[in-house]
This record gives sequence, structure tokens and C-alpha cells, in this order.
Amino acid sequence: MVDMAEIAKRFDIHEIAKDKLAEIEKYEAHIYCCHSTGCKSSGSDDLIALIEQILEEKGLKERVRIVATGCMGLCAQGPLIRVEIKGKKDVLFKRIDLDATRAIMEEYVIPALDNDVEVCENLQKYVLSLDLPFFKKQEKVVLKNAGHIDPEDIREYMARGGYLALEKALKTMTPQEVVEEIKKSGLRGRGGGGFSTGMKWELAAKVPTVDEKFIICNGDEGDPGAYMDRSILEGDPHAVIEGMMIAAYAIGATAGWFYVRAEYPLAVERLQKAIQACKKNRLLGNNIMGTDFSFNVDIRLGAGAFVCGEETALIHSIEGARGTPRPRPPYPTNKGLWGKPSCVNNVETLANVSKILLKGADWFASFGTETSKGTKVFALTGQVEHSGLIEVPMGTTINEIVNEIGGGVPQGKKLKAVQTGGPSGGVIPAKYMDMPVCYEELKKLGSIMGSGGMIVIDDSSDMVSLAKFYLDFTVDESCGKCAPCRIGGKQMLVLLDKINRGRGKKKDLEQLKQIAFAMQKASLCGLGQTAPNPVLSTLRFYEEEYQNKLLDGKE
Amino acid sequence: MSEDTCLGCQVGDKWRKKRGSLIMALHEIQGVKGYVDWKDAMDLATTMGIPLARIYEVLTFYNFFKLVAPGKAVISVCTGTACYLKGNDKVLEKFKSELKIKEGESTPDHMFHLQCVRCVGCCGLAPVCVVNGKTYGRMTPEQVPEILNEWREVFKEA
Repeated sequence: MVDMAEIAKRFDIHEIAKDKLAEIEKYEAHIYCCHSTGCKSSGSDDLIALIEQILEEKGLKERVRIVATGCMGLCAQGPLIRVEIKGKKDVLFKRIDLDATRAIMEEYVIPALDNDVEVCENLQKYVLSLDLPFFKKQEKVVLKNAGHIDPEDIREYMARGGYLALEKALKTMTPQEVVEEIKKSGLRGRGGGGFSTGMKWELAAKVPTVDEKFIICNGDEGDPGAYMDRSILEGDPHAVIEGMMIAAYAIGATAGWFYVRAEYPLAVERLQKAIQACKKNRLLGNNIMGTDFSFNVDIRLGAGAFVCGEETALIHSIEGARGTPRPRPPYPTNKGLWGKPSCVNNVETLANVSKILLKGADWFASFGTETSKGTKVFALTGQVEHSGLIEVPMGTTINEIVNEIGGGVPQGKKLKAVQTGGPSGGVIPAKYMDMPVCYEELKKLGSIMGSGGMIVIDDSSDMVSLAKFYLDFTVDESCGKCAPCRIGGKQMLVLLDKINRGRGKKKDLEQLKQIAFAMQKASLCGLGQTAPNPVLSTLRFYEEEYQNKLLDGKE
Repeated sequence: MSEDTCLGCQVGDKWRKKRGSLIMALHEIQGVKGYVDWKDAMDLATTMGIPLARIYEVLTFYNFFKLVAPGKAVISVCTGTACYLKGNDKVLEKFKSELKIKEGESTPDHMFHLQCVRCVGCCGLAPVCVVNGKTYGRMTPEQVPEILNEWREVFKEA
């Protein structure tokens, strides 16, 4: 006979977490090896295999644990390995190869198990201090688990409090209470728009569920130079799934869809495995956790179209059509996927949800500024010493991000500007370095928060070429549906190219501004409306660079 | 061709009953043979009941899909912002001059296919190139001949 209590125990998240914690406790040392796209391409696969081989040979598999984790943040210094030995300070090793790994194992990890050994002299060059401002000044909420757990093992996620928020929502809160809590927290869309997540959920919840209602996770991270969503999906996929399930409960959704870029094969693979693990543990399907909440998710891949980050284009793409946007209203919350009400949320937004429910809206709102709450993950790249993935409270100044966390501009060059928002954003010149990073302040300067790409530009870069680079991108990615974007973008690019080649005249600059204005006003979707931003923003702060290139420029 | 070897029919049959599956089916075909040709599209149209024109509409809209067979080694040069700032244009030029082809083209012997891609998400390692799934970080133009030789060796053995 089947013992119902036994089965219930097998699927109880508290029991699983307890068992896993006990299992982890048994080990004396833990080696965490970054196993996300960045470090993987620097060769972390081979390092993990080597460490496993060494542990096998020395018969230490019972005492030392190797964990392949998600992104640890400092991608430029990869492959990264963090060694945690009981009673010792954690040590982070950077840029290691097979020989260095062998040395670390033989000269530090293995002797340190039984003796009081410190990292020896010849290994010091691989040590990266965990006291660096890069680590100290960050505030990890969304990235709490990335770099600490094996993303392919659901039990590790549970051991760190995973799915407790879902349990709390399903068993102790009504859907309205969940919406209220998210509203109170002040969480805003992390995809770039910055619309209040709680409000969006409230709108979606109000639409009656006739037969179906969908929650869609937007993982079409198109901004070239940004990889927050990829790292979250690779490092902690369950956090996004849990967030989506809570959202589904709050708005009354019947099914969920993940839309992820096909260029992120590892993220897709980890997400697939995570979904399977959820199904196995009865966290997806019918009557989740013994309640009458039933929910299922599926993945749909993008196919390389930037415009599919726009929600109506994304919906068309899931439906299996060309990814072209359509005019709103009706908004997707009323008429979305297959004409059914749908709520589209970004990966990072959903990854925040479980933390808010567990720790409370007030805790979340304690980070950030008056209008921008919580933390934001940025991909800090370009000409900066410590390029990588960072998470800071909203309102942190650009100076703190670039000079303290990022370690400044390398090779003695000077900071010229910081670009945020990718092809839809603008530049922030070095003189505004003390500006706190939040939705409103960035907007004031003609840039946007965007999805979180932050590109550091040094004084050797030419702003006109940079503007042309972005415009090239948006012209290429324009879907061609509406004339302002299709024709305007192309004409702007022709003018900009002319100016950049030193053939432009003053009237070209005037015309450039006029077309930009028309595109902003008349384009159908966000792509066209924001495409002129990089040009307008560089014109605003660096007009003299444009002037210098004109034939009849300087007077 | 027998029913068993018809890729378009098999894939079409698998996805036919699921919603929003055209792009997924196309991904699957491209995953197996590297591109989607007219016959595959035709077979998909028949099995999935989607007009051929609709399928081509989608195939030609998205950058990811290829209509003709690419070379054996597909070289993707990242043209994201971080790679742009770190000088990936020079790496691209080197590939072009070494292989004597432009981006989007294959070498006459079908060994290499050169393409530009939007951000592969390894900005910390910029500039980046990807060859058949293997990522090369912190690229310099000098590394280009090395990489080409590495892949020539791979296919010589095969």
C-alpha cells in the first residue's frame, strides 16, 4: 500500500532542504567553480573535471565538495574558483589554468584539511581579495544565490530558502494580498520601462480569466553589452520560476511562457532542467503544494531579433509569427498572447519577487531612493578595470560604480562618459559622476535605466562613431513595419555617416535633429521612439565633436 | 525519400499539436542540419498546416535562421558594444582578409562561414568570437590565423 504521509514527506520542501543542508554540512571543504558562459569559455569545464579527478585519486570525495555554480560576477578575471574550508577565510582564485588548479589543490586545499595551512607564496598571484570594493560595495538580492549554488540542483535552491515564498503565498496569502505586497515594495520593471510591477499585476488581475490567462517572462535580452538576464537564468533559474509562479497566483494566470534568446543556449538548458526538476518535485502541474493552484510553464526561443524585447512583438514571436509590434492599447494585460490577457515581466523583475514576499515589502523598500526601490543588476563593461556583473542598491552614484566597484579606467586613461540603456539610451558625461543611478535621474539627462547595460567609455573614444554604432544597430534591427522608424532611421544613418566621414555640413546636423524628433514622436514602438536617443544624447553633451567633423563647422 | 528520413515531417509532427511552435520547429531543423532549406519548409508546411509563405515570412525575418548550408566551422564575431569598444572590428577585418570573404559568406571549400552576431553575453571577455560553440575571449587580430588552423585540423581529422 502506498503510504500517503511518506509521499507527502518526499515532496515537502522543508524536508528536502533539511536533508540537503545536512548533506552539505558533512563536507569539510567546498570548492565553488564558476560555470556560466563567461568562465565556461575561459575553460572552467576542464578545471572542474581536473578537481574531480584529483579528489577521486586522493579519496577525498567524502570530505571535499565541488560545486559548479552560476556567475560570480568578475567575468573579466575568469575562470574563478572560491574555496571555503571550515574554520578558514574564504579564498577566491582568479584566472587559473590547469596547472594552477593542480597547485591550488595540492598546496592549499588538501593540506589545509588536516593542518593549519595558509595560501602559500607562489599561489598568491592567483588570489583575488574578497575585501575588494568590487565585492564589499555590492548588495546582492537578485544575485544572492548565483555563485553559491549549483543551478542544476533544485535541492540546493531549497536549502537556501527556495520555494518558501511560494509556499507562503499559496498557503497564507490571498492573490490580492500578494499584489498589495508587491505594490507596497515599490518594485518597478527591470526590463527598462520602469513601470510599477504591482500596478501591472493589479491590472492583469482585474481582467477576468475566461478560459486562459498568461504570465510571460521576457528573457529576450537584446541590448548588446548586457547580460544580466542570462546570468540570472544561468545562475539561479529557480528564482525566476518561483517569481513567475507567485505572479501567476497573484494575477490568476493559467500558464506561463519563458521567452529566451536562442543565443543563450546555456541559459535555456539550465531553465529546461529547472522546469523538469520542478515537475518532478510537484512544484509545477496540478494542485501545487496541495492547494488548488495549478500552473504549467513552457519555453519558447527567440531567433535573433532585438525588436522582440518589445512586449507586443514578443507575443507575436511566441505565436510563431514575425516579431512586429502593434499599436497599444489594447495592452497585453487585456488582449495579449492568442488574444488572451497576458502579463509580461522581465527576468530580473521576477527574480526579485520571492525575496520581497519572504522578507517583506518594507525590507525591500529600505534599499534605493524615494521612487526607485530595491537593487539593480548592471553589466559593467567597456573600458573599466573590473568588468563584470554587479548588483547595487538603486541610488548608488556612477562614481561609486565605475571608480570604486569597477576600479576605474585602466591604462591611465580618463573617464569620458558612461553609457546606459544600450541602443535606446544615452551617455552620461564624467561631470555628472555624482548622480545617483535611478529611473528619474537618468531620464533627466536624456538616458534611460534600460535593462542594465553600463558601458564605460574612456577619453580615447569618439562619440560620433559611438552614436553611429548604436544607430547602425537599431536601423539593422528595425522591423520595418512603421515608416518613421524604417525610413527615419536609415536617413539618420546616412547623415551621420556623412558627418563622420568629414563630408557633413551644418544643415545636415539640423536635419539630423529634425528627423530624430519626428522618429521619437511618430514611431510605433519603443525601438523607433528611442532609436535617436544615442544621437541626441551625444549631440547634447558633445556637440563640438560633431561640429569638428563638419566641413563648415567651426567658426 | 522515405517517410523516416524526412526531417521536416518528423519535426512538424512533433510540434504540430503544440501552440506557438513554428519557431521552435525551425530551431530544431536548423539544430540538426545547420540550415533550413526549401524542402524542409515545404514538409513543415504540409505536416503543420501552415502556409509556406508564412514559414518563409518567419525564416527571413529572424537573423538566426539560415537558408543555405553554412561552412563547417561557423565563425561568429561579436559586434556588441563592449566588443566594439575593445576593437573587435580589427578582428573581423583580419578574419575577412585571411578567409577572403565578407561577413555572411562561406569560403568556396565550405570550410568556414563568417558572420557577425549581436552580443553573446561574454562582455567581460571582450572582444569575443565564437566558433562552433567554442568561445574565444580577449581576442587579438594576431590570434586569427591560429584559430583558423585549429579548426582546419579538426576537420582534416574528421
